[in-house]
Amino acid sequence: MPVRIQTADFDIASEVAALRAADARVGAVASFIGTVRDVNDDAAIRKLTLEHYPGMTEKALEAIVAEAKARFPIYDALVVHRVGELKPQDQIVLVVVTSAHRADAFDACRFLMDYLKTRAPFWKKEATPQGERWVEARASDDEAAARW
Amino acid sequence: MSASSISRACEAFASAGETLDVAADTSVGALLDRLRGRGGAFAVELAPGRAYRVAVNHVLSGPETIVRAGDEVAVFPPVTGG
Repeated sequence: MPVRIQTADFDIASEVAALRAADARVGAVASFIGTVRDVNDDAAIRKLTLEHYPGMTEKALEAIVAEAKARFPIYDALVVHRVGELKPQDQIVLVVVTSAHRADAFDACRFLMDYLKTRAPFWKKEATPQGERWVEARASDDEAAARW
Repeated sequence: MSASSISRACEAFASAGETLDVAADTSVGALLDRLRGRGGAFAVELAPGRAYRVAVNHVLSGPETIVRAGDEVAVFPPVTGG
């Protein structure tokens, strides 16, 4: 499965090993991990709750992976995204891409994250000392996705 | 058509999701006009210049997409995953 949504944590070493294990053509592996910060918009973050839209999320992530494979000469890609309650420093998302050469792996990895940030139906709710609040989307995320 | 319960969207629209009857050949744009016409949170959140997304049967869709009987339409604020 190129995409997974789970509450459990993930281990990048085993994920990378599994993705490239059976493919001796691979000469480059690029990866990205997004993690929970302890501060956002000047507020201390005690907890981050990630909600998603079951049914659509898997489909949206698979479409983004398919788009990456169509745009870049990569061999494989993996997206793991956690949902539920997370704490500062917890891992949120993992993207791994394999290709023959580094430029394609770097580009596809960045493309996957930029598209995920604007097209995959996840929402973050922050718990701060002042109460809970939904995270607002950033215009910079739209601009990052539009570059592709 | 029906909508599912995404709490981010439910809180924004003060709605728990609902089943609506739509005429044949109703577009997403026409459906949004109908929702705006209710006033309240729908009029505010779907006002021109407000950012929102629409998915029909789990696929991001534009105003020209036609909604058919049995379709699931979700209207939600911009996503913030990653």
